[in-house]
Amino acid sequence: MVALTPTAGAGGLAETQTGGPATSSRRRRRPGIGRGLVLLICGIYFIGPLVGAFWFSIQDKVHGGVQFSAYAHVFSAVGFSDAFMLSLKLGIGTVLISLLLMVPTMLLLHLRAPKFRPVVETLCLMPLVIPPVVLVAGVGVVLAWGPNQLAGTPLQTFLNAIQSGKTPWVLILEYVVLTLPFTYRSLDAGIRSVDIHTLTEAGLNLGAGWGTVTMRILLPSLRTSVLNAAFLSFALVFGEYTVASILQYQPFAVFIVAAGQTEGQLSTSLSLLSLLITWLLLLLISLLGGRNSTKVDI
Amino acid sequence: MTAQSRAGSSSEWSPARPTADPGQVHELADGSAPIVTLKRRRSYAWLGLTPFFLYIAAFFILPTGTVLFSAFRKTDAGTGVTSFTGSNVSSALHGVYFTGIKNSLTLALITGVVGALVGLVLAWAIVSSTGNVLTRFVSTAAAVLANFGGVPLAFLFIATVGNSGLLTKALADHFHINLNSDLHFDLYGITGLELVYLYFQIPLMVLVITPALEGLKPQWQEAAANLGATRWQYWRHVGAPILAPNVLGAALLLFCSGFSAYATADALTSGAFPLIPLQIHAVISGNVLAGMENLGDALALIMVVIVVPLMVIYQLLQRRTTRWLR
Repeated sequence: MVALTPTAGAGGLAETQTGGPATSSRRRRRPGIGRGLVLLICGIYFIGPLVGAFWFSIQDKVHGGVQFSAYAHVFSAVGFSDAFMLSLKLGIGTVLISLLLMVPTMLLLHLRAPKFRPVVETLCLMPLVIPPVVLVAGVGVVLAWGPNQLAGTPLQTFLNAIQSGKTPWVLILEYVVLTLPFTYRSLDAGIRSVDIHTLTEAGLNLGAGWGTVTMRILLPSLRTSVLNAAFLSFALVFGEYTVASILQYQPFAVFIVAAGQTEGQLSTSLSLLSLLITWLLLLLISLLGGRNSTKVDI
Repeated sequence: MTAQSRAGSSSEWSPARPTADPGQVHELADGSAPIVTLKRRRSYAWLGLTPFFLYIAAFFILPTGTVLFSAFRKTDAGTGVTSFTGSNVSSALHGVYFTGIKNSLTLALITGVVGALVGLVLAWAIVSSTGNVLTRFVSTAAAVLANFGGVPLAFLFIATVGNSGLLTKALADHFHINLNSDLHFDLYGITGLELVYLYFQIPLMVLVITPALEGLKPQWQEAAANLGATRWQYWRHVGAPILAPNVLGAALLLFCSGFSAYATADALTSGAFPLIPLQIHAVISGNVLAGMENLGDALALIMVVIVVPLMVIYQLLQRRTTRWLR
């Protein structure tokens, strides 16, 4: 999506192409006061709460001045490590399952079953349309069938198993659904940017089997988009609140809110950290994508 | 892409056809290795898609469909018989739930429209002042706030303009201004929600509209200028008509995102403010009278009925504009 128009926006390139320096220079001479004002006001609105929250989180309310105890004591806060580990587990589980499900599906879709693409695309983008709170309401209803309508059947055992136990599998299973739009888009963009048909044909003609083609051609050339999908899914799961809190689990985001009832500074510092980590993750993706997008083109 | 429908020579993905298919393996006359091309043929590749369809059916369509179905079901408290009824939906449209729907619609409308306008202007300001590093920083930051903000956003604002927030205290201490009584600002009410929602709505608009703005080719502007058009005329007759469907679509997307948002509002108001997503949570957690168990499903149905058509229109508008902006 970002790479739609590589030349546009630069302005300078067009000048040389069309040979219209007179018109372009008129555009450039504008002082841009309006632009500066817009950036300034929006800058204040967006940076203000960040600075405010940071200052709030390092205030020493007892002695006055500045102290970093809210950050220093993050790891020793009661319940933090449990919540953090749970989020980590959920994130990794979601990434693995969604890649395991979607990478073969997407390859198959592009190479062998393209007529199913509209259906799969619509289904994958649906979780963006249906509000998560609606989905989780439905999950609640289905889970409640276990001890009622489905009592005594293997399905009850299954529904029990995904709810209790060390890993709340029900969250992972639903998070895979919530991350589908991101996974689909990343993988789809990755597959489109490489001419996998030619590569596959070339591989097959050189005597490789489908297994070799998949492992040594397709997956390596999709490396970036697979990583992309993984990071995006992880970021989404890490900050997910709606489903977890309604189903009464306590991963990271739910912990932040729970801590906020008593320790404002702790949840403020955790909020800042969470935004920072997510931002760094996305920055990493953008750097990865930026470097590879020129290489991948054939 | 449709013409590139593929089928391979190997039987790996098509167990029903173990032998090579004459449509795509060409034996050379001299008997050397066959040339493989991936041509269209009747394929059983769709079998490979069954895990995906089963997964979606079990963990997405089943729960969502169940909600929409049970919105019309009611168990009679006396007889224990479950039957079809419109009473859940009708209760969901009255009283405190009507207030919730109204609040949610207002919040989504205001933050959608304001977010779309401010986001459009901001996106224009960012696009027209290019700097590669800055753009990358801003676009990733916008993605964080728009998609992954949720709970943290609430705490940023609580720390800044909440009851014991930094700015609240500073104003009170140094200027004797009370945010609540003097400026009529309440972070935990509708004004506060609007302020916080814009913190993810504006970035969402920037994300969605930036490709469209970048798609406006400089050549168009130059062509217009060379034909004697002023900047205003260019925007009036070229820029605005091309962008209009996109901006409208983005505004719809923002409306839906504001309407569906749960985490920020829940964290900010502890679930107390009457908004439809928060009410769904309250109802399905059991905070209802007997005989109203399916009220939450009815509320969910109302959300779906509002959101889905708008998102369909959004998709159609997006499709319409990609014709020009590529």
